[in-house]
Amino acid sequence: MKTIAELLAAVPELADAEPVTRVVVPARLEYSYSPGAAQTRFLRALTRRRLVAERCPVCTRVYIPPRGVCPTCGQATTDRLELPPTGTITTFCIVNIAARGLDVEVPYCYAYVLLDGAHVGLHARIGGLPHDRVHVGQRVRVVWNEQAAPEHPEGEPPAPSLAAISHFTPTGEPDADPETYRRWM
Amino acid sequence: MTTRPGPAGRDIAVVAFAQTVHRRSTDRLSEVELVMPVVQDVLKQTGLTADRIGFTCSGSSDYLAGRAFSFTMALDGVGAWPPISESHVEMDGAWALYEAWVKLRTGQADTALVYSYGKSSPGSVRDVLTRQLDPYTLAPLWPDAIALAALQAQALVEAGLADERDFADTAVRSRRAAADNPHAQLRGSAGAEELLRQPYELQPLRRHDCPPISDGAAAVILAVGDAARALHPRPAWIRGIDHRIEAHQPGSRDLTESPSTRLAAIHAGAFEAGASGAPIDTAELHAPFGPQELILRRALDLNSGVAVNPSGGALAANPVMAAGLLRIGEAAARIHRGESRRALAHATSGPCLQQNLVAVLEGDQ
Repeated sequence: MKTIAELLAAVPELADAEPVTRVVVPARLEYSYSPGAAQTRFLRALTRRRLVAERCPVCTRVYIPPRGVCPTCGQATTDRLELPPTGTITTFCIVNIAARGLDVEVPYCYAYVLLDGAHVGLHARIGGLPHDRVHVGQRVRVVWNEQAAPEHPEGEPPAPSLAAISHFTPTGEPDADPETYRRWM
Repeated sequence: MTTRPGPAGRDIAVVAFAQTVHRRSTDRLSEVELVMPVVQDVLKQTGLTADRIGFTCSGSSDYLAGRAFSFTMALDGVGAWPPISESHVEMDGAWALYEAWVKLRTGQADTALVYSYGKSSPGSVRDVLTRQLDPYTLAPLWPDAIALAALQAQALVEAGLADERDFADTAVRSRRAAADNPHAQLRGSAGAEELLRQPYELQPLRRHDCPPISDGAAAVILAVGDAARALHPRPAWIRGIDHRIEAHQPGSRDLTESPSTRLAAIHAGAFEAGASGAPIDTAELHAPFGPQELILRRALDLNSGVAVNPSGGALAANPVMAAGLLRIGEAAARIHRGESRRALAHATSGPCLQQNLVAVLEGDQ
């Protein structure tokens, strides 16, 4: 590959030009991001240790986090419901590379948890057991983050955040029947 | 490129149009929550379901959303299952409509859903728009959209082509027309004398010469031939559509003229008699700043017999990325309602009318 200087030399008019190889142009834009009505309800409920989902009136699928719309039917998800803090691991991986800006020690287990009654996996971390014991079909429950979702709230509620869910941990129940989650992996 | 239907051409029409009520801020809604109602509206108007749409195309900008690939989340509002034939332009929805028109024209689909949306409220749209400029020599100066429009307006004044009274008259007419448009954001205006007593925003522009900052969305359904006739009793046939672009650097252009609009209009057949011989009676012009409407009127040879921006235009509501598609939708809706026989719709993109699209729409007898 030719250098910029070689490319410039090939054009007679630019033969003696000193190439500019770097221009620093600071630019910063600030945004106030809106999660929207459905995700606002979900995030606020998390601070009270509640898992609010929405159901599509057409295909009856239950979505969590809800986005106000069924992505397969393109219909507003008007029915709201609360899901229990338990579910089943439908897939997982062990992360050995630290993501920049993420305050988690590696390695950690990242998984889809199909909450009981839901039809989409909730992205979550799995903890409380050695990673080589994690498996698909394992029954797990939410471990709440006491700061982001206090068990006995007093005064002002904490700021809504996905951090309310610390991670999921095994319930100790027998594994789920694959027929209960096979369609929703 | 010839865009008029020949014997082998496929006639394409706008058969449905919907838009939000445009507002300064919709901070309670996500993009998909903003878009989905207008998509549902056009589907309901035609009785179509998402799986019967041959092609879907949208227009929006990640710079407005402040987030990469933001259009993929809005796609949830369409219902992309089974997987659909879809495309997106990082442009105003008018260009998404153009892509859909090509898809239909080349026989790859018989129906198309086009939508676009823009939420300007999350950021500062004046600053966001500077990011479309040359990154080495222009963007570092942060000339915002109003500053560039003021350069254009001043050039018009210096050339003796218009004065501040003309600008004010344009604003008054647009916003008073919008009084009949329940979707518009600014509906009504004080008289020109009172407007001219207000201070300058950026000389020679006053506040009334500038568009409102808007959040909003629009959707259109296109259909071919008999499919269009089955979906609407009075389809708005697209007789011609074309778009042209000028140099990126505003300094290299004569800002008092819009040769790209003129050329697009020629190629869209705007200066030719329609199938019926009817003249253009309506023009929906996408002029975010009032003085730009004067430039467009000259480029398009619009005489006083043409109703310009009966919707109020972008001065009454300016959801960036949707405001151009709104012009096509508003023109089509006039034909649908029997209020226009032959209408011109225009959309613009880039600073100071850099890129322009012209469509000519016509109703049956």
